[in-house]
Amino acid sequence: MSSKPPRRVIPIKVEPVSSLSASERATVDDACARLKSVPGALLPILHAVQDALGHIPKDSVPVIAHELNLSRAEVHGVLTFYHYFRKDPPGRRVVHLCRAEACQAVGAAELETHAKRRLGIDFHGTTSDGAISLEPVYCLGNCALGPSIMIGNRLQGRVTPARFDELMNAP
Amino acid sequence: MTRTRVYVPRDAAARSVGADDTVEAIAGQAAQRGLDIEIVRNGSRGMLWLEPLVEVATESGRIAYGPVAAGDVPGLFDANFLTGGAHRLALGLTDAIPYFKQQERLTFARVGLTDPRSIADYIAHGGYRGLTAALQMEPGAIVAAVTASGLRGRGGAAFPAGIKWKTVLGAGADQKYVVCNADEGDSGTFSDRMIMEGDPFVLIEGMTIAGIATGATRGFIYLRWEYPDAKIALDAAIAAAYAERYLGENIRGSGARFDLEVRLGAGAYICGEETSLLESLEGKRGQVRFKPPLPALQGLFGKPTVINNVITLASVPIILDRGAEYYQHFGMGRSRGTLPIQLAGNIKRGGLVEKAFGITLRELLYDFGGGSLSGRPIRAVQVGGPLGAYLPESQFDTKLDYEAFGDIKAMLGHGGIVVFDDTVDMAAQARYAMEFCAIESCGKCTPCRIGSTRGVEVIDRLLTGDNPAKQEAILRDLCETLTYGSLCALGGLTPYPVLSALNHFSQDFIKPAAAAAGRR
Repeated sequence: MSSKPPRRVIPIKVEPVSSLSASERATVDDACARLKSVPGALLPILHAVQDALGHIPKDSVPVIAHELNLSRAEVHGVLTFYHYFRKDPPGRRVVHLCRAEACQAVGAAELETHAKRRLGIDFHGTTSDGAISLEPVYCLGNCALGPSIMIGNRLQGRVTPARFDELMNAP
Repeated sequence: MTRTRVYVPRDAAARSVGADDTVEAIAGQAAQRGLDIEIVRNGSRGMLWLEPLVEVATESGRIAYGPVAAGDVPGLFDANFLTGGAHRLALGLTDAIPYFKQQERLTFARVGLTDPRSIADYIAHGGYRGLTAALQMEPGAIVAAVTASGLRGRGGAAFPAGIKWKTVLGAGADQKYVVCNADEGDSGTFSDRMIMEGDPFVLIEGMTIAGIATGATRGFIYLRWEYPDAKIALDAAIAAAYAERYLGENIRGSGARFDLEVRLGAGAYICGEETSLLESLEGKRGQVRFKPPLPALQGLFGKPTVINNVITLASVPIILDRGAEYYQHFGMGRSRGTLPIQLAGNIKRGGLVEKAFGITLRELLYDFGGGSLSGRPIRAVQVGGPLGAYLPESQFDTKLDYEAFGDIKAMLGHGGIVVFDDTVDMAAQARYAMEFCAIESCGKCTPCRIGSTRGVEVIDRLLTGDNPAKQEAILRDLCETLTYGSLCALGGLTPYPVLSALNHFSQDFIKPAAAAAGRR
């Protein structure tokens, strides 16, 4: 029996095409290195990237996909499924305004109208000076002390329009 | 002289109305006056309209003052509040405040009482007695105790916890999991948040017992991102539990192992649905799975999985500690034990009320809640989150009981009660319910994905007064499709708020003909 010719292996190192800046790339690489072996790693990695960069740059998708051996479509699908993940950089402060029923019962709709007018932006928008991004949220768990907003990680209760202005004017 | 202990909650709700500023003011005043005090950041007592609620430990017990703004603090020192002095904000002994005194606190026994960062405090107040008992028992006996207690899933579906556990115990696998559903997305609910921030060890203990009972060695708490304070509290408590060998390998020398970590969600309401949550934990889009297979047999990563809500798991330690009979003795009918009820929205005394099943809505709204915050008549309450029915005044005598609520086409869900006064537009609430379903639908099944958007459109047409009888018929037909054709409770229950608004508050759906003509 004639022996089979040795199988030729053509080494291909698929490097994901990505135009991330060096520091962004380092952040994404670090998140992947730290977390890719945990079970169900994709959400923890996306959280880590957003925590560090404020958003998840579009060009990080092929890098993460490569690291986790997923298709870009799978990573994109997850990134776009969850309301919290953002693809664009936020303003210096992100304000989440609760739209849910308990806050509606104490004036959330009026607060929403006021906030949009005061900031001159709609939901998902960022003020032109880059100071504030406004996002809707469906319940912050402060339902006995509404209307509620969250600025960064900080919950605020009983937010009247006047209180909202105070909070926005605070540094 | 011993240091006086002053308690100011670290609960996110208390902080949202200035508890941190109050703490700073108290520390500043004490330093200025040369008084040696110890400030403990406890959980909230649940009387949220009184937050920030400051308590002082005295010989006769803890005396409460509230709500204490930072500006009130110098006056409190002048009034000698450290020895329980009289002041306009004084509320007397915390335990004697009727709102608190009339509760039956089993699951929430320690919330507000202890320092949630201190495992020693937890143990000193009866913590880990349930686990100690469980470690002496056969797994089957633990499951039997949970079954006998009558504990049903507090997340909303009310499935008997013991039956779920028994299925997992009986499943053969190399790895099993315990998953805690801490994706408390229902508006009007905050009991999960309060217990995770105010007594995180009780959840850890409950999950550890679930692991030992079913042979699961690894646990995950799937927590919504909107609860950053709970994340900090849980991470600290888990680290303390590992340090004291209440987690990890060889728990307290028993040979049992249980590892636990917190995972964050990312703002998807649907991930409170158990199969969608499991998908999310696996790193995927939070899309609902078909059942069967049940998660108890093929759950996380395809392995047998106990998946329960925070309150369900946090109710397990007391069952193991005091016995199934003790817990079972509370409640009515097939709803056994207690339910942490959350009074929310337009309510004067909003907060957490843990009571045995069987109390009526009216007692909760008026005796506990004190009526509406605005002082106007209460017109409607929504019970059970955004998928719960709107109930009119004529149904306020309904008892809180899973079956009694089912009988009136409503649901108790996670125990949230959102109050609306007579300024509410119920047609707008019905439209919002459809809009919410459209925003949060995972997109897997057609009735929910498309039906919710069509629902918004039909309600809009109905409100223009354009052939309303026809539009109403279409809306009811659509609701039937959603109810019977949806894969999970999001699409399946959205008709509850929509139809209850339409049935009980039909006048809100009839707009004046002139307005209709103007819009045509």
